[in-house]
Amino acid sequence: MATLNINKKNYNIDADPDTPLLWVLRDIIGLVGTKYGCGVAQCGACVVHLNGEAVRSCVTKLSRAEGKKVVTIEGLSETNSHPLQKAWLELDVSQCGYCQAGQIMSAAVLLKENKNPTNEDIDDAMAGNICRCGTYLRIREAIQLAAKDQKK
Amino acid sequence: MKQHLKSNKLFSNKARTVTVLTILFSFIILMGFSFENHSLVTVAKTEKAVIDSVTSVKAFQQVYRVLMSPRCMNCHPAGDVPLQGDDSHLHAMLPKRGLDGKGLNAMKCNSCHQPTNTPGLNTPPGDPNWHLPPANMKMVFQGKTPSQLAKQLVNPKTNGNKNMKQLIAHADDGLVLAGWNPGEGRTLPPLSHAEFKKAWIEWIKTGAVAPKDK
Repeated sequence: MATLNINKKNYNIDADPDTPLLWVLRDIIGLVGTKYGCGVAQCGACVVHLNGEAVRSCVTKLSRAEGKKVVTIEGLSETNSHPLQKAWLELDVSQCGYCQAGQIMSAAVLLKENKNPTNEDIDDAMAGNICRCGTYLRIREAIQLAAKDQKK
Repeated sequence: MKQHLKSNKLFSNKARTVTVLTILFSFIILMGFSFENHSLVTVAKTEKAVIDSVTSVKAFQQVYRVLMSPRCMNCHPAGDVPLQGDDSHLHAMLPKRGLDGKGLNAMKCNSCHQPTNTPGLNTPPGDPNWHLPPANMKMVFQGKTPSQLAKQLVNPKTNGNKNMKQLIAHADDGLVLAGWNPGEGRTLPPLSHAEFKKAWIEWIKTGAVAPKDK
């Protein structure tokens, strides 16, 4: 039995320690905001925060997450009011939306560590999050907007 | 009296000549040492290695084959993006080194590289300490000739501040060992770890002599 702290709430999980965190989140706990994309850490759709770092939950085993703080898209803010979420809505970033939870979770780590990202910083930080609708330019713009909002 | 003075002058001229020649020869000898292979001097000072340049260079040929294999070189790239695969192409997603060698922001090595290998063909290999060399000492292998790499490896200013003892111990470093447990779909280095370690230690203990580039 592993104890996980997910979005500030403790869960006792009875699963194989090798179970990917993604399946614990989606299938056991029911937090389905985090998406399954490739299953091999190549696309970024499943990014969540583990003790504040962006990790790909499809390859992160339950055993790695045990005792650590996990934050998913559902826990990024209590009222969907994170500067990134507001910027995403304002600029209509999403098209199909499938990759967007992962995009926002990656961008949140960038903005936490770099308050004034340049376009190059954004491209470097977001290069591992793939969007097949090609919303990259709006993603970049929204991150810049959120960075400004964050400073207020 | 005059003759005495003259002989004194003659003597001092001779003494001066001898002194100048002695200094000159000492300087030439010292220069000779400093022009020898730098690594050889370093080892001789620290470990009192028995210098055997033939054995040492031969051992380094084996070491070089391993270090230039994708399993080692891919994380010692010439640029700031790691390499990937048996053809050492740029790592997909272009993650960057970062100051500490552990990546940047949402693109840190351990975002994908887990403490252990991920099951499946060509999935991310794992190690708890997965990283590139840091930005202030990149320890590049890619593109280095045997001579350049050997000299880089023995110089603490370019080898991660390691003395010879630490260099020997580095053969058993976790991330070095990970090269022999690369995960599915990746070839192993050309020697076994035991063979590599033997050649590595032999190279160092026989003087860590840098081969001459042809």
